[in-house]
Amino acid sequence: MHFDPSSDEPAISATGIRKHFGDVRALDGVDLEVAQGTVLGVLGPNGAGKTTAIRILTTLLRADAGSARVAGLDVVDDAAALRAKIGLAGQYAAIDENLTGVENLVMVGRLYGMSRADAKVRAGELLEGFNLSDAGDRLARTYSGGMRRRLDLAAALVARPPVLFLDEPTTGLDPRSRIELWETIELLVGEGTSVMLTTQYLDEADRLADRIAVIDLGKVIAEGTAAELKSRVGGLRVEAHLADPADGDEAARALAPMSDEQPSIEGDLVRIRVASETGAIMDAVRRLDSAGVAANDISIKAPTLDDVFLTLTGRELVAAEADGDTGEHEEAAR
Amino acid sequence: MRRFLDDTLVLAERNLKRLPRQPDLAIGFTIQPIMFVLLFAYVFGGAIVTPGFDYIDFLIPGIIVQNVAFGGFVTALGLSEDLNKGLIDRFRSLPTSRASVLAGRTLADVVTNFIGVVILLVTGLIIGFSFMTGAAQVVGGILLLLLFGFASSWIFAVIGMSVSSPEAANGIGFTLIFPITFISSAFVPVDSMPDALQAFAEVNPVTILVDAMRHLWLDTPAGNNVWGAVVWALVLIAIFAPIAVAKYRKAASR
Repeated sequence: MHFDPSSDEPAISATGIRKHFGDVRALDGVDLEVAQGTVLGVLGPNGAGKTTAIRILTTLLRADAGSARVAGLDVVDDAAALRAKIGLAGQYAAIDENLTGVENLVMVGRLYGMSRADAKVRAGELLEGFNLSDAGDRLARTYSGGMRRRLDLAAALVARPPVLFLDEPTTGLDPRSRIELWETIELLVGEGTSVMLTTQYLDEADRLADRIAVIDLGKVIAEGTAAELKSRVGGLRVEAHLADPADGDEAARALAPMSDEQPSIEGDLVRIRVASETGAIMDAVRRLDSAGVAANDISIKAPTLDDVFLTLTGRELVAAEADGDTGEHEEAAR
Repeated sequence: MRRFLDDTLVLAERNLKRLPRQPDLAIGFTIQPIMFVLLFAYVFGGAIVTPGFDYIDFLIPGIIVQNVAFGGFVTALGLSEDLNKGLIDRFRSLPTSRASVLAGRTLADVVTNFIGVVILLVTGLIIGFSFMTGAAQVVGGILLLLLFGFASSWIFAVIGMSVSSPEAANGIGFTLIFPITFISSAFVPVDSMPDALQAFAEVNPVTILVDAMRHLWLDTPAGNNVWGAVVWALVLIAIFAPIAVAKYRKAASR
């Protein structure tokens, strides 16, 4: 599935991509790179510019400035050849509801230049792989949301593209369909497909992506593995929910020796950084017990990508989405 | 070029397949035109004076032209739906010839227009229409209709690529096509209209096509109407097809 296994040219590389819509800067100098056979998760709130980036890399939109190569081909100069090497599954299941599942896939196959017979064989393989064989002869308008997304992803894979673009592939799916789609994507990556995936879900980026680019207001504000990004917001911490919030100071004094940093107190919650998981909970229990402080719950928390986003932007992902002016970016980006 | 033709046929096939599966659309181009023929023939027919003709004979070429002028409507509606559902994005991300998505639409319209013409001719023949010319002119007339319908489809393609929703395509299509087909010789003799409308009707390509059809089917004097209609159709295609393709290239799914 590698487009050129002998070369170590990245599957996707973009440099200094800018795009504005009227006064809105949807992308403001974005650099991205995806090594062959890996997954880049592009994480950001609605309106951050994720979809605009995908549209530029899939030749649907032309950047105002900057350059990009996908599968070794330039997105502007080699656009036609490039389209034969990519698959795109957008935010909306782009399927024809008045065709059956088989007809949808055969149509896409023939538009990739396959013969009718080859397209039919490939459609059969994909429907089987996506657990849609039984529904293959039904009109797509009778499909559930999860089935539509699977058919849409299958359509993106008809030509076995070495580079796959997935724009928020699980938005709006129920938890089970989500996990099934994740498993499918992991399988493809296992076979060597390179993937760029946008998401607003941290768990999705955490699970699927080898590297993550955090994008906000048209700029990449951080890039690295999930572990690297998490380490930027500090390590592990022990959190204790006290039975009586009035015991906060007492508990903090008792736990303080566990760390170089002072514990923080928020209502009934006391937090303290620790160097290692091992023994930390037992230690905390003993210290609180001997100080005579009762706790309802003591746990170890690792930093999440939520924490990363909060640290990098000063906003939570959900709050960033509610931001009035970012909504316009999204409108423009479409 | 080979690629363009293959892709166009694949997409035309797709557009035709969906018609019987969308009964509301199918009714639009089968039952509705029949209803119009019957309404015009029996409600207005008695009141409209058409010297030298039975009104049925006068009406059938006119109403078939109107039907063909509206035929491209399926293209506007379909493109607008494809834009809204993200299908245009999918097509544009495929190694497909760029004009084939539009040509697949307008070509499918030629087929649906042909079905419409046959349905209306059969209806007309049942209620008393008769050809006054030979088979060659009858077939020539049908080909001329299909060419003009194809031109109209490219105008509708531009509408479909320009509006924000299928509903808007509907509204704009009707507002545009109704006056153009009515202020013509399709339903009444042009000299019965007020001067201003008469002036418009006389240069209206719909009038030119209707008069050409009456020449080919009813043996009225030809004038320059047949060639005029062919030239009009080619000019409309030459103007609107490039605009539609340019809009497609820039299209962003909504």
